[in-house]
Amino acid sequence: MKAMQSLFLASLLALGIVHGSAHAQRSDPNDPDANVTWQQVRASMFQARAIEGETNTVISLDAPERAQDAAIVPIAIRTHFEQTSDRYIEKVYLVIDNNPSPVGAIFHFTPQSGRADIETRVRIDAYTHVRAIAEMNDGELFMATRFVKASGGCSAPPGKDMTAAMASLGKMRFRVEGDLEPGKPALAQLMISHPNNSGLVMDQLTRLYTPAYFVRKIQVSYAGEPVLTADVDFSISENPNFRFYFIPRTEGELKAEVIDTNDLHFATALTVAPQ
Amino acid sequence: MAHVGRCQRRTAICAVLCSLLMLSFPAHSAQAPPLNVEEVAPGVMVHGGKQQVWSATNLGDVANLGFVVGRDCVAVIDTGGSPALGYRLLAAVRDHTPLPVCYVINTHVHPDHILGNAVFAALEPRPRFVAHARLAASLRAREPFYRQAVERELNVRLAADDVVYPDLVVESMVELDLGDRILSLRAWPTAHTDNDLTVLDTRTGTLFLGDLLFAGHLPVIDGRLNGWLAVIDELATLEIRLAVPGHGPPDRNWPSALNLQRSYLASVRDRTRVAIADGMTITETVTSLAEVGTEGWLLADEFHQRNLTAAYAELEWED
Repeated sequence: MKAMQSLFLASLLALGIVHGSAHAQRSDPNDPDANVTWQQVRASMFQARAIEGETNTVISLDAPERAQDAAIVPIAIRTHFEQTSDRYIEKVYLVIDNNPSPVGAIFHFTPQSGRADIETRVRIDAYTHVRAIAEMNDGELFMATRFVKASGGCSAPPGKDMTAAMASLGKMRFRVEGDLEPGKPALAQLMISHPNNSGLVMDQLTRLYTPAYFVRKIQVSYAGEPVLTADVDFSISENPNFRFYFIPRTEGELKAEVIDTNDLHFATALTVAPQ
Repeated sequence: MAHVGRCQRRTAICAVLCSLLMLSFPAHSAQAPPLNVEEVAPGVMVHGGKQQVWSATNLGDVANLGFVVGRDCVAVIDTGGSPALGYRLLAAVRDHTPLPVCYVINTHVHPDHILGNAVFAALEPRPRFVAHARLAASLRAREPFYRQAVERELNVRLAADDVVYPDLVVESMVELDLGDRILSLRAWPTAHTDNDLTVLDTRTGTLFLGDLLFAGHLPVIDGRLNGWLAVIDELATLEIRLAVPGHGPPDRNWPSALNLQRSYLASVRDRTRVAIADGMTITETVTSLAEVGTEGWLLADEFHQRNLTAAYAELEWED
């Protein structure tokens, strides 16, 4: 609950910034700490707590140097140890400084996640730092940062076919990859058909903004135990796509529940039988 | 030789300065040098945009623009990537005919085709702005991003009314009469974008395809790959004499340029399908195919990986 509030808080903060000035924030690729939005996000979410940066051995981030398609920028957050009940990553925050809503996602993991890795795709229009911040179960914070250049010309973050996006709303695909061994982290992929739009579109006649419509929560459990819970927003690309880990033990159900901003619920499940 | 080089450099500097002045003082636009246009068929003029990505150096002069002159009036087909370019296109129209511009047709939403619109919107009487029925929704969603991109990449700050929306929309087919000259407009299902419109000059059999056709310049997917391939199959059956692509030289051997484009897009589709079937991620797919299938195309470094990204996101949902 608290995380959800934080996500909205940070988003609203940023909306104020973006709509308050006609210009996107500019970022210096060599000075990731200088961005005003990041400083505000940092203050509201982490206060004065120390965050270990590039020297850390906990979390890293793969992102392209240039967004090829502003609407679909693949990113991979990788963590470098297996989750145990003694030491595990509790949350991973995804922050995209210069997006209209900079806190794109907060992923919650458990020891049952096996690994706190996550791959997804995001919208990026402006030149920006992208950050993945790991919060440990003891409260320690670690951050990986990458600078991503915007794509050129005609590429834009909104979807390519708005009518089609609504037509297949709520369709989901769920699968696990490779042979499953009991007790070993296994990779799963969840695909959700959803326009996931920002709504930051002004109607030329009414001068009102159309409401945003996006997936806001994803809950994945295995054999009744939570594996991944994510508070997300429209920084995630159309048709949200997540790759993450869980630990199969005995035969059990891998279940995903998705809630969007219209309070529509979608669910899908998969019976998993490790060999 | 050195002397010639210096002159050329000075001309280049002048060109930049002149364009900057023009941007700051639109009133001086009356002296904007007309764009080079070629009469590709009687009464059908085409300006060949540069085969480049748009930049401050070319002021968004990267797309093909055109106009068709009827007995009573002129229809302009796409207006270029900046208001400055729109002025130069208008100057080219004025060089050829005193007839009024009655229609400005936008072949799709991309900024290199529509950002000269405002120049024509200021004409008296104001021409009708014609586009695919879905262009306005797409432009509304993208306008803020296009404004940022123009400022970032062209150093041009657009005024509030520099982005012009259509007032005559095409759901499927519309005919426009320029006086003894019928233009047949057709709105297509999602292909290059979700708002592609073609313009056929029925008198000469000249078809303006917008970015449904690229020649030389690598095709760019911003709609639906499968949809585009289906549209290409239908376009190939049309009997036309001359095809004007959105980028690259006109094609008099229809459908030869279309076939080249189909080969590229089909190869992107087929290779991406294989990668998905092999369990590769989007990043692995884009990396492994980054250099594959682009022989003979310009601007592959700029657009091929983007195409693979869009193709993957579309095709992973196939059954």
